[in-house]
Amino acid sequence: MSGIIIDKLNVWFDTPEARVNAVKNVNLRVEKGQSVGLVGESGSGKSTILRALTGLIPTWSGSMEVADEKLGRKRSHRFYKKVQMVFQDPYASLHPRHSVDQVLSETLRLHGFSDIDQRISKLLSDVGLGPAFRFRYPHQLSGGQRQRVAIARALAPEPEILLLDEPTSALDVSVQAEILNLLVDLRLEHGLTYLMVSHDLAVIGHMCEYIAVMQLGEIVEIMPVKEMRELRPTHPYSRHLLESSLGYKSEDNSVQ
Amino acid sequence: MSIFSTPHENHSSWRRWLLTDTPTSRNHARVASFYQGWLSFKSNPMAMFGLLILVFLAFVAIFAPILAPHDPFTQDLSNRLAPLASEGHFLGTDSLGRDILSRLIYGARITLYIVLLVALIAPVAGLFVGTVAGYTGGWVDAILMRITDIFLAFPRLVLALAFVAALGAGIENAVIAISLTAWPPYARIARAETLTIRNSDYISAVKLQGAGPLRIIMRHIWPLCISSLIVRVTLDMAGIILAAAGLGFLGLGAQPPSPEWGAMISEGRKFILDHWWVATIPGLAIFMVSLAFNLLGDGLRDVLDPKDSGS
Repeated sequence: MSGIIIDKLNVWFDTPEARVNAVKNVNLRVEKGQSVGLVGESGSGKSTILRALTGLIPTWSGSMEVADEKLGRKRSHRFYKKVQMVFQDPYASLHPRHSVDQVLSETLRLHGFSDIDQRISKLLSDVGLGPAFRFRYPHQLSGGQRQRVAIARALAPEPEILLLDEPTSALDVSVQAEILNLLVDLRLEHGLTYLMVSHDLAVIGHMCEYIAVMQLGEIVEIMPVKEMRELRPTHPYSRHLLESSLGYKSEDNSVQ
Repeated sequence: MSIFSTPHENHSSWRRWLLTDTPTSRNHARVASFYQGWLSFKSNPMAMFGLLILVFLAFVAIFAPILAPHDPFTQDLSNRLAPLASEGHFLGTDSLGRDILSRLIYGARITLYIVLLVALIAPVAGLFVGTVAGYTGGWVDAILMRITDIFLAFPRLVLALAFVAALGAGIENAVIAISLTAWPPYARIARAETLTIRNSDYISAVKLQGAGPLRIIMRHIWPLCISSLIVRVTLDMAGIILAAAGLGFLGLGAQPPSPEWGAMISEGRKFILDHWWVATIPGLAIFMVSLAFNLLGDGLRDVLDPKDSGS
């Protein structure tokens, strides 16, 4: 039983001028129950891998397998029940005219659940929002609360795998910690598999067991987070990334 | 003092219930957000003025048989072209001695009928074409938008004239003809809105729930397009009324005995130098209603535009 197997994945975008190769020959394995982080600078293709996995980008080659299901051009309904995604910007990922209740009940209905009222209250309490938030509209919520709603939506179909696309980078620091702790708790509680994109090594260090470093569309190194903490990356780019993040990192994170 | 405080408290608790940030049910949330929109609409005096005129127009149209002092079709050739404020005829009579005020009141029905029918047909057709074209893209988009371009390329009144000439004169055909010429701008707006919406994260998110294109268009894209369409419709209403009046004026809309405002102007044209009020009074009515719709549209834009409301 495996989580995600990506083999020789290439993703490209066709623009009128030229073809842009966003992801080049990427191999990645995420075992069930594992949490793997993808780091790299902007434009290195981290988010593109997630979007190709979920079928939002149709132009890819290679092979992808998720929860023993080989992925083709189109994603099955079964796939969406198993794999869900949390987007980067909670201000853009909620429909401005739909209340929290509408968002969650539509999701639940699409996945064929019937006890919708009960499930909504359960989901809201799972992500730390009280029943008072149920009928609010996004503009009545703060950024952190919005991201909690987005997480509740992703949890609604009871997925096995969560794809996290920089879920905290649009939030301020104190809220970031809350959301990250929530994600850690949810993973323990539901036995989820995480594939998480971030450009923040401290976030990956907090959340993940393995870390894959990307540069210019390629994965240059995959290592356990422990090795990164012990400052033992081998590839020059990962070392560069680590050193530049040490400049402002607190001490207890680097010495353990 | 205590007598007066109770209703006041009741009133303020209602207000609190309506203005709450924590609605307790689906309907409560809907009513509350509607009330907040109403409050911001109410604070715009010009928009309220427009709304008032339109409410008055609707009132007049509904109670026309009670309000009209005379039968709008009864001719009285011995009392033709009576001036303003003559006895029994406050706004005078026309070339066949029919009471202009009564004809104006009955004409409100026709005006409302045209406006409502066009407002139902044209924006809905435009919304459908525009969102499907914008969301689907590719050759569907190309075909639908080229058809839209063809309709846009014709001068509006000329196209309507051609349709009415082909279908036969009459109020229903005038409505169909105006609708046929009115939908392309709505399709344009809807497509433009759809293009900005379709790649947003919340559409991606609902795709990841396995929603099909029809569901995404109808439940997620339409609600966001509708507000800008409503604004556009109210601003276009003046044009629609004028087009209907124009068709009536040319004799291709409502047919003679019917008290359509445009047709009334057309009849009064023959006497405009000696008996100016016969053409002017229905002209003023058209002007007032067009103005009212424009003011209403301006106010609605402030309330409904999602880019301004901070959501």
